[in-house]
Amino acid sequence: MTVDRRAFFATAGKYLIVTAATAKVIETFLAGATPEPAAYAAADHWWAMVLDIEKCIGCGNCVRACKAENDVPLEAEYFRTWVERYHVRGEDMEHPDVDSPNGGYDGFPDKYPKGDGARTFFVPKLCNHCAHSPCVQVCPVGATFVSPDGVVLVDKSYCLGCRYCVQACPYGCRFIDPRTHTVDKCNLCYHRITKGLLPACVENCPTGSRMIGDLRNPNDPIHAFLREHKVQVLKPQMATGSKAFYNGLDGSVR
Amino acid sequence: MRKLFRDGSHLLRVAALFAAGIAAFFVLRGILVPSDFGRYGHYRAGALADNAKRAVHFGGKTACLDCHSDVADAQKGSRHANVRCEACHGPLAKHADDPGVQPAKLAPERLCLTCHRAIVGRPAKFPQIDPEEHAGGVECTSCHRPHHPEQEGKS
Repeated sequence: MTVDRRAFFATAGKYLIVTAATAKVIETFLAGATPEPAAYAAADHWWAMVLDIEKCIGCGNCVRACKAENDVPLEAEYFRTWVERYHVRGEDMEHPDVDSPNGGYDGFPDKYPKGDGARTFFVPKLCNHCAHSPCVQVCPVGATFVSPDGVVLVDKSYCLGCRYCVQACPYGCRFIDPRTHTVDKCNLCYHRITKGLLPACVENCPTGSRMIGDLRNPNDPIHAFLREHKVQVLKPQMATGSKAFYNGLDGSVR
Repeated sequence: MRKLFRDGSHLLRVAALFAAGIAAFFVLRGILVPSDFGRYGHYRAGALADNAKRAVHFGGKTACLDCHSDVADAQKGSRHANVRCEACHGPLAKHADDPGVQPAKLAPERLCLTCHRAIVGRPAKFPQIDPEEHAGGVECTSCHRPHHPEQEGKS
């Protein structure tokens, strides 16, 4: 029997189509039987934080929650997040009084008199998770880095404790852990956000002053918030690509 | 050419030393630099997993309401509806994982007045009171329900 080229390709094509269809049916059937849980894919996210100064009441819940969740030393020098109180007098806007007793861990005492003409407000602070981070640039060993999902993380097993990054951070967000002598700072509760939980400070903020958002998820309410509010970052002149967006940020805040 | 290599044994020795040095560098580098270094950038890729694997202390409101649906009902329409449970009750992930683990007692100094004591700096819209003036030292819960503060009475 002789088969010409045309007939051979026609028959082969038919068999290929039937085989592919059968494979697809089997595959669909099997996939329906065992649904795979969606694993966390870092590259699908780009995390940012929104801090609404107009809603912050200085209760210190975030500071306490952060220390409890992340095992931060309880001494007053060590904070992954803290709250500052600004007291801005009209006659000298550029030099406000700033206090942050124990980072706001115990809340704030009623230090200022009512009706002295000054404006007083609370500013929660934390690592800004810069996209172009000065701390990452200066690390000599690659112990701090921007993760594929936009979080500035520390590799504790790699850190030498050289403190370059502590000096490089324009926001003063880093400290040396006195127990390990390695650097520590906010990691946006990476162990929580990768499990679908909120960071401890966001979870415990009673007024919704803190929000976390995924800039790569178009359905995340953070996009609506950023559109509808006049948000700012701290020290925009540094061009660090900060991803801590403040609503209601005053020019007197440094 | 031949003249150049006629007494070139010393050059060979230097070349061998160089080769040994380079080989030692690559062997040491192979031992010291983890294999996943540089997969995503100038860092150890495993550090992502190290950061992600720590234990969780706050279980999250969803975990609470899986069992305590009565509290969800009590909070409906309340100004406290969006306050998450652990903001007042403290970290309870262990209790959420195993209901047999007793939740920690509420810290009295961390309840109502943590947020509602009048302090200069709190936004004017936020409800604040001077406890002496407001209630004369009477406990908040004798008039307000914590889960629904607009309603009178306990719980």
